[in-house]
Amino acid sequence: MGLFSKKNMEALNTPLLKENPVTVQVLGICSALAVTSKLAPAIVMGLSVTIIVAMANVIISLIRNTIPSRIRIIIQLVVVAALVTLVSEVLKAFAYDVSVQLSVYVGLIITNCILMGRLEAFAMQNKPWPSFLDGIGNGLGYAMILVIVAIVREIFGSGTLLDFPVIPQCVYDAGYINNGLMLMAPMAFFLIAIVIWVQRAKDKSLQE
Amino acid sequence: MAKYVCKVCGYTHEGTEAPSVCPLCKAPASEFELVGGGEAQGDAKKAKKGFNTSSDAYAIIYASIVVVIVAFLLAGVSSLLRPQQEENIRLDKKKQILASLNIKNQPDAAATYSEVVKQEAIINNAGEVVATEGGFDVANDAINDSNLPLYICDVKGETKYVIPMTGNGLWGGIWGYVAVNSDGNTIYGVYFSHASETPGLGAEIAGDKFQTRFPGKHIIADGAVTLGVTKKVANEECEVNAISGATITCNGVNDMLKNTMEGYKAYLVALQKPIVEPAPAPAEEAQVTEEE
Repeated sequence: MGLFSKKNMEALNTPLLKENPVTVQVLGICSALAVTSKLAPAIVMGLSVTIIVAMANVIISLIRNTIPSRIRIIIQLVVVAALVTLVSEVLKAFAYDVSVQLSVYVGLIITNCILMGRLEAFAMQNKPWPSFLDGIGNGLGYAMILVIVAIVREIFGSGTLLDFPVIPQCVYDAGYINNGLMLMAPMAFFLIAIVIWVQRAKDKSLQE
Repeated sequence: MAKYVCKVCGYTHEGTEAPSVCPLCKAPASEFELVGGGEAQGDAKKAKKGFNTSSDAYAIIYASIVVVIVAFLLAGVSSLLRPQQEENIRLDKKKQILASLNIKNQPDAAATYSEVVKQEAIINNAGEVVATEGGFDVANDAINDSNLPLYICDVKGETKYVIPMTGNGLWGGIWGYVAVNSDGNTIYGVYFSHASETPGLGAEIAGDKFQTRFPGKHIIADGAVTLGVTKKVANEECEVNAISGATITCNGVNDMLKNTMEGYKAYLVALQKPIVEPAPAPAEEAQVTEEE
């Protein structure tokens, strides 16, 4: 079986749209609310989750045949927690500015349901390489939704994008004010709901 | 015998083919996945090593081994990276102190810091200097009325005093540095940061928009700390407008400023009196009283 055979590419592609972890499986919502009021943390969070899901998937896939099935969740949790701690320590040592910016979000990756979901549903049954692709795919699918939501929230909530002002001053002079509601968590719910709506309207197979 | 796992609920069925309906969640046969190759390998391994992966002993030993490996790994990484991390934290602290003096984006912050900061003193709440060095290494939880760090700096020939402070925001800790002019009353610059305030709201205390409201404000009037952050500014001289939507964080900044300044008050008030030098005394005194 080739490295990029059709089946492997499916593991990478389907989580992007057809089985997107956020909009279709509705996983990882909590962090999607927390980190999307600005674009920069959303991007970093998306990337961190992608890396950690991929690595955790590979490790669990490598040892999947030795894991006693009754304590498999605990083993998965230990692997994820160890990886997150490692990433956080390495960031603190070599990219201190990034780790300061992310602050609590790095720790929050442990609680992201996508991680446990993919470990349990995919890595426990598949070989390391497809598991790796599945992790990358799911991480990017998650990151994509985060970025979409964060762009809308930052533009309308703060009038900036990646902290650069995008709404010209003349608009403010004409009486426009930033929408404070956009910065609140409920607005992320509405935006995710709109994304889900658009996606389901386009893809009939997702409609229930 | 092959194993089939229900993708919906995780129910495992053993048999030659998948059941037509999952007995747990009623999912159709198409939802079942054959746990094929892996399981066969596992069986082979089991047979070879004589392990029964579903036995209690195996589970306990397995868990212990995993925990020991992870513990050693994390402990090793942590102690390996510790010096680097502490260096980063010290450098970051220096950058924050420089930021309060409006010195930002220096390529070599450590060098600039040693150039600018002349003394890392420790004072007490009576205004006496306890030690002239070691102020930098005072841990946040070791700060008390008799152990107050103070950075005496020299910016372009002018003496500035940097006061570190910590407080509580909405979700977690907030901290900052306030640089005071040599008159012991006027703010030269501030730096605030936070652990986990709400982005776009409380987190804005770390932004320039909020921090540029401080320079020029007076800390003490008539022997009391008047510097503060409020929603409605009554006294332009010493009060700063809060950020709307971030009331709790701004109250935290307000409390932090007031509490910290209380300890440094005696020292700052002493600065406001002219230093015992014979000649310029009268003129300076008049000026200082005016500012008060």
